[in-house]
Amino acid sequence: MSAAPPLLEMRGITKRFPGVLANDAVDFNLEAGEVHTLLGENGAGKSTLMKILYGMYRAEAGEVFLRGQRVVIDSPSAAIEHGIGMIHQHFMLVPPLTVTENVALGLQSSRRPLTDLPTVANRIRELSETYGLRVNPDAPLWQLAVGERQRVEILKALYREATVLVMDEPTAVLTPQEVDELIVVLRRMAADGRGLVFISHKLHEVMAVSDRITVLRDGRVTGETTPANTDRAELARLMVGRPVQMVPDRPDVQPGEPLLEVTDLHVLSDRGDEAVAGMSFGVRAGEILGLAGVSGNGQSELAQAIAGLRPVQEGSVLIDGNDVTGQHPRRVRDAGLSYVPEERMRDGVIGMFSVAENLVLLNQGTEFSRRGFLRLGAMREHCRDLVERFAVKTPHIDVPTSNLSGGNIQKLILARELSAEPKVILAAQPTRGVDVGAAEYIHNRLVAQKAAGCATLLISEDLDEVLALSDRIGVMYEGRMMGVLDRAEATVERLGLWMAGVAGGAA
Amino acid sequence: MIGTVTVDARISDWVVQRVVRRVMGPLVPLTATVAALLVGAAMVWGFGGDPVEGYRAMFTGAFGGISEFADTTVKATPLLLVGVGICIAFRASVINIGGEGQIIAGALLSTVVVLALPDLHRGALLPLALIAGAVGGACMGFIPGVLKAYANVNEILSTIMLNIVAGYMMQYLLLGPMIDKEAVEAGNHIAQTKRLSPNSDLPILLGDTQMNLGIVIGAVVAIGAFFLLWRTSLGYEIRAVGGSKDASRYAGMKVERRIVQALTLSGMMSGLGGAVLVFSSVAHRLSVESGPAGFTQLAGFNGIVAALFGGLHPLWTIPAAILFGGLLVGANALQRAVQVATPLVVALSGLVVVFVVSSDRAVRWARHLGERFDIGASPEHDRTGSAASGGADAPTTPSGEGAEP
Repeated sequence: MSAAPPLLEMRGITKRFPGVLANDAVDFNLEAGEVHTLLGENGAGKSTLMKILYGMYRAEAGEVFLRGQRVVIDSPSAAIEHGIGMIHQHFMLVPPLTVTENVALGLQSSRRPLTDLPTVANRIRELSETYGLRVNPDAPLWQLAVGERQRVEILKALYREATVLVMDEPTAVLTPQEVDELIVVLRRMAADGRGLVFISHKLHEVMAVSDRITVLRDGRVTGETTPANTDRAELARLMVGRPVQMVPDRPDVQPGEPLLEVTDLHVLSDRGDEAVAGMSFGVRAGEILGLAGVSGNGQSELAQAIAGLRPVQEGSVLIDGNDVTGQHPRRVRDAGLSYVPEERMRDGVIGMFSVAENLVLLNQGTEFSRRGFLRLGAMREHCRDLVERFAVKTPHIDVPTSNLSGGNIQKLILARELSAEPKVILAAQPTRGVDVGAAEYIHNRLVAQKAAGCATLLISEDLDEVLALSDRIGVMYEGRMMGVLDRAEATVERLGLWMAGVAGGAA
Repeated sequence: MIGTVTVDARISDWVVQRVVRRVMGPLVPLTATVAALLVGAAMVWGFGGDPVEGYRAMFTGAFGGISEFADTTVKATPLLLVGVGICIAFRASVINIGGEGQIIAGALLSTVVVLALPDLHRGALLPLALIAGAVGGACMGFIPGVLKAYANVNEILSTIMLNIVAGYMMQYLLLGPMIDKEAVEAGNHIAQTKRLSPNSDLPILLGDTQMNLGIVIGAVVAIGAFFLLWRTSLGYEIRAVGGSKDASRYAGMKVERRIVQALTLSGMMSGLGGAVLVFSSVAHRLSVESGPAGFTQLAGFNGIVAALFGGLHPLWTIPAAILFGGLLVGANALQRAVQVATPLVVALSGLVVVFVVSSDRAVRWARHLGERFDIGASPEHDRTGSAASGGADAPTTPSGEGAEP
């Protein structure tokens, strides 16, 4: 062989779980100095492949080579010894300990049995300097924001001198700005000769960060390409196995009466400061108002206040002319609101309930009970119908909802909320953490609902989503509406300035 | 079709789970019991007794004959009633440790009713007394329920503390207003009532044995609780609140009210258990001669164990309570047969509790091992951030989730 062997090579990896081939003879290689993206829908086998690399699963067939040498990795500690680092989607950090203590955790100190934290702290400072990973080594972890915690995880891997770094959906928890910062850090680490595996299903990030892209579907490699030689539509097609409509057709609907009117709304956050500081807007029938903004600018509190889940300090919320300010959620629903909550596992469904039980969460006490007894037959029939109509992929309606994927749970919620024939839909981050196929479906449903005359308030941090669906777009910053634009006038630049709190333009 | 493989995987995963739940469900606590008995055997042997002989005596004492089994059902009845109440509370994610106090409240109120109306016809007095018992227990559950729902007072603490309040209240009442006045005149100052009206005696079901109507009441209540939890809207909402308060509130449920109702219903079952204890007692009176625990026989705590043993499912709690009742009856026989110290018997039932409660963890650990070595591993779920959280505060169920029998 003339060329140097790649930093990492996985050959013919096969992994079978009962009833499913999670990895089917997958080949994957990683050069030093590159960011190589593993792209695929939930369940495509990305995580399985990386868990095999990290010694958490054992493959039935296949070999792993590091710099041309065959290695057997049978535990995470063996992986770390071989210079493989993994940053999990859920951070493995200890909140009461400081950053330094977290980094030092599990390592042998040079002054055994005593600790040698100052040395560790100095090395952390060096590393954060080199890679632009701003973090205070002495801060206790619980004080840090999510983005900072992720930096600590990266520092942990760098401290352990990982040459192969696997990042499992690192951007899922970050704001757009933090994503941009992370991409800079990733590029810098790659420039140092490390190999990075980036797992994601967000296409624009993948296009921005990758040197190479390998697409997995149903456990098989369906394509390997580079950002220069592909586009988002092709990547989506490789992931899903059919052409995906990236932007739904938006029917021209003449907006009707205002169905949701919010006037001078003031709402407090859990900490007691004013999260929503005088918001006013209206949404008309047949219209989608997109509300963009970086997370944490009061969007969650606004949604909860409208839905009756959070007390209103001042101002009013009108649904179809009925004042529902500060009413019990039941009353707000009865007035015609359907709500697709941001925290779908906490607010949207009951994890241990079956699919059927969750589908009747709203109307089990009215439509599906007679003299206090549940009408099980009618309930099941209704649920089978909804599962069918909303394409919820579940083996059976008695399966615990927590067994479903994020996208299918979201479809379940949509099925329940939209079948209530709402006048107003409040959709908060409806496609966050949802795969491309399900996101496409959800977008089409929301657009169909608009055509049916619903007023929709779409709260989303995903600017692409807001631009694709909305008729008018507002930006929320520090609890206030920076301004509202018609879709035709809205540009990413203008909205981006508003999202950063820079005023100007139409109000 | 997209994701067909994933769906297949989930089907098989689900089928495996269901089979495991059906087969392993009852098997896990039984294995735990056997393990506890093995450790117990070592202890018996260490105290110089013969474990084989001891356990034979224990089994014969509990299930060896009709009269033995009858005794077992008598012991099992309060455990069953308390256990059913525990199922209801725990399904709402409310931990009711107040069974003792609720038993006492039920016993006191039902006794007061019988003392006040001794000449009422049997067909009216007994139901009335049982209802009074249920009401007494319900009141005792209502208090921590309201405190929990509206003032966020930890129900574990409030229910435990109310046990003490109820215990002293009973001692005060039985030494004072409710004391057997004839006995006092005769010079016996014992904390007990007079012999209660025979119209309130629970009918004996089987000739010469102690088996009485109580066990039937317990079974009916258990079946009723099953219907309540899985066939009514109220039960649905109680379970929904237990699954996620946020989702329930957002769905328009009155979360606070459901919490109060769950604890009230739970207390009601224990109170009924208290009434049954009084009207099935051999002396046919309410007595705390040997302290409150002497009256309740700690059924308020042991009932929790029976419920956990039954996977927090009212119907499974029936055999679980009978098994535990048998253990209690048999333990006495064991003690007589091999002459070991009484505390050993208490230790034995404690061991069973420890083993059953930790078996849940053991099962999880075994599953984890299986995953590492690919024995019946479950497929990757590859779930997204928000999907992984939630449901963390659900109570521990040793034999799985037991949805419908």
